[in-house]
Amino acid sequence: MEFIKAGININFIGRRNIAFTLSAMMIIATIFLLILRGGPNFGVDFSGGVLIQVKLDQNRMPSEIRSALAPVQLEDSIIQEFGEEGQHEYLIRVRRTDIELAGLGDKVRQALISEFGQSVEMRRVEMVGPKVGADLRQKALFAIFYAILFIAIYISGRFEMKWLMSIVMALSLAFVVYIFSSFGMPVTWLIVIALIVTLGLCWVLRLKYALGAIIALIHDVTITIGAFALTEREISLAIIAAFLTIVGYSLNDTIIVFDRIRENLRRFRRRPFEEIINKSINETLSRTVLTSTTTLIVVLALFILGGGVIHDFAFAMLIGVLVGTYSSIFVASPIILVWEERFAKRGKSKALPSAAR
Amino acid sequence: MSKSLGWRAAIVAVVVLMSFIYLMPSFTSDFPGWWSNILPRDKIHLGLDLQGGMHLVLEVGSEKAVESHLERVVEEIKRDLRKSKIRYVELKRLGNDRITLTLMGPEDKDVFKKMVEADYPDFEEVSVPGEGDHPSFDLTLLPRAKTRIMKMAVDQALETIRNRIDQFGVSEPDIRPQQDNRILIQLPGIKDPKRAVELIGKTALLEFKLVDEEHSVEDALKGNIPPGDEILYEVTIDPKTGRETKVPYLLKRRTLITGEYITDARVQFDNQYNEPQVSLSFDARGSRLFEQITGQNIKKRLAIVLDNNIYSAPVIQDKISGGRAQITGRFTTDEARDLAIVLRAGALPAPVKIIEERTVGPSLGKDSIEKGFKSMIIGGLVVVIFMAIYYGLSGIIADLALVLNILIIMAGLAFFGATLTLPGIAGIILTIGMSVDANVLIFERVREEMRLGKTPRASIEGGYGKALVTILDAQITTLIAALVLFQFGTGPVRGFAVTVSIGIVAGLFTSIFGTRIVFDYLYVKRRMKRLRI
Repeated sequence: MEFIKAGININFIGRRNIAFTLSAMMIIATIFLLILRGGPNFGVDFSGGVLIQVKLDQNRMPSEIRSALAPVQLEDSIIQEFGEEGQHEYLIRVRRTDIELAGLGDKVRQALISEFGQSVEMRRVEMVGPKVGADLRQKALFAIFYAILFIAIYISGRFEMKWLMSIVMALSLAFVVYIFSSFGMPVTWLIVIALIVTLGLCWVLRLKYALGAIIALIHDVTITIGAFALTEREISLAIIAAFLTIVGYSLNDTIIVFDRIRENLRRFRRRPFEEIINKSINETLSRTVLTSTTTLIVVLALFILGGGVIHDFAFAMLIGVLVGTYSSIFVASPIILVWEERFAKRGKSKALPSAAR
Repeated sequence: MSKSLGWRAAIVAVVVLMSFIYLMPSFTSDFPGWWSNILPRDKIHLGLDLQGGMHLVLEVGSEKAVESHLERVVEEIKRDLRKSKIRYVELKRLGNDRITLTLMGPEDKDVFKKMVEADYPDFEEVSVPGEGDHPSFDLTLLPRAKTRIMKMAVDQALETIRNRIDQFGVSEPDIRPQQDNRILIQLPGIKDPKRAVELIGKTALLEFKLVDEEHSVEDALKGNIPPGDEILYEVTIDPKTGRETKVPYLLKRRTLITGEYITDARVQFDNQYNEPQVSLSFDARGSRLFEQITGQNIKKRLAIVLDNNIYSAPVIQDKISGGRAQITGRFTTDEARDLAIVLRAGALPAPVKIIEERTVGPSLGKDSIEKGFKSMIIGGLVVVIFMAIYYGLSGIIADLALVLNILIIMAGLAFFGATLTLPGIAGIILTIGMSVDANVLIFERVREEMRLGKTPRASIEGGYGKALVTILDAQITTLIAALVLFQFGTGPVRGFAVTVSIGIVAGLFTSIFGTRIVFDYLYVKRRMKRLRI
């Protein structure tokens, strides 16, 4: 059986401007949404507060639950139905961190029992103090940062045999981050600066494969964050794990195309770079589609059957796999081409720098 | 080639056998006796999110521990000054790193300086301008001493909490220190989270103080607290109505005896009303002290204060010797039992604050396991069928590799003593989807080779050879992401990183090494002509 016929030749590269426009639109929409919402919607893990999952005896209106919480001064909590239909499960979120959080779960239980009777079941209570929330946020951001850094080193080293160069990049990046963090810069901005510096360094140090891969994965994670903002989902610790997996997955896809480009560059030295890239994408297309399909199958199973706790995680993976597949075809490789064209214009003496190796 | 085939098959067979051996304990608990002597007995650990339980992070108020250390030093210095007959105007703690002292006259300056140098090496003493000719000093606690005290406070708190939990009876608790004076506590399968929190979080500083009966409480409540006195409350909650009553007492601030002399605390039932009470036993020194105190204060009221709450304030009828005392109050049996535990385990060196608490009910954990495995089986089956249809016989070979991969992940969890969490199950599911990738890459390459008109055998060789580098490159980046996640993640997320990491490594083994054996057997040894891929 074959989905993608052998010898297929779709002109992906020729349509790169359409793809770039589409990507740019999605990213701008994400940024716009984030500004509109006042930043990403962090869950209790990062913002601090209390999250309670309760099971009640029958369906209740959120307003009923809210008024049941009035005696313990938590009537301003966010109430949300949760999980499958007919399970009467609700999420209660207390965003305030100015109150004493310890023992809040028990207070809520008492309040609900006195209103709805003894059948109230506390399924899950998550209380995160503001300090812990800030710590977790910092940890998560650093995790993303280090993942990107190590991957950039690996790709540059592996694909362009520029291990020394990539270590130079890592060191200068560490230096920049150190300088900025000593000024007491908040971690979020630190990561943004680090990413920009990483991209700048890739450009200056001519690490084009790393440049393409990193832009692609920033692209994927940004759009997934956008999808979260659009559907008003919360970013929790598990979602950060999903983001990192998306980073890994997106690269996985990208690298397979890059590998083929590298191979074809060796085989067809005289062909134009654009043609080689397009040929490589087409040759790996069958594999890209197949692996995405099997991954989507399992993620979809998790999304539908996995239950409420893992639902958002599966959603993140779903979006990530889709966008990751798209970006490895339409974003990562065309970026290399763009870079190559610009670079070739500046340094005429190396008209085909990659082929000349 | 066919010679090495036997060896390679043997390696896979050993891996399969080892996996089964490591998985055995997770599925059955009755083994023959010889098993438990030489073979693994550990089950796969389930995370709190799957088995239900409680995760707590406490912050030890180490600054408070430093303060009370300084208070103790102040008392020591007072004693030493008295012993050396040095008179002083003022001696007190300043903030949490200094003690200030003003001597009566300049003649004692040198004696005092020598005393500090000899007996208080943790302090740096500096002369500061005093009033008139009273020489003044600042004793500053050295930073390294401060760090040591803070660290000791955490260690001690950890020990005390461990004692309390052990006595409370939780199976397999996990208690460990973390940075920033924090303590992480994991209590699997706990039924009553509220009670556990109260037991762990209580400072349990027991103090006996005299009630000041010469002054009136009413007057003190208006703001006229006599020097050396304080107001504390006896709080009782009516178990039926839930109403709280607060009775104020005027107490002498000085603590006569603390809980540190307690050797034992037990729940007893009062003969008259059969109400629970806690009886204490003091050690020899405590008994002497208690005898002395009760002897000197007959007919006065002695308040029993725990963490600044008065439990009761009985009148001392007679001198009490033998080192026994009772704490009465309106306890439920559970409360009395927990009080006995905290008194036996001792007080925390500093108050602790709960800064993170996650509780998962046992029913939710069970649901999560069920749903997780259900999606794993259904998702897995669809992938298996898909591969079989798409690649025919070769797809089935890849499916075998997939099943083997899952087996190795599970066995790996047992082998490393890692914890399976809900995100961990998600990680296994994801591995199912992604680990066939290696085989997809190989098979696509083999198809390309065949299109060039090569024989099955040559196509297989070419396909594996060319795909190998690509597979390694692709998997290593995912592995990097997983390892970073492991390093920075906590709890459930770490479980995800573990299963994904094991899955990647096992996937490389099964889908490259494992499937190759089957192909070599079919197309090299058996010389099959038609390659269905």
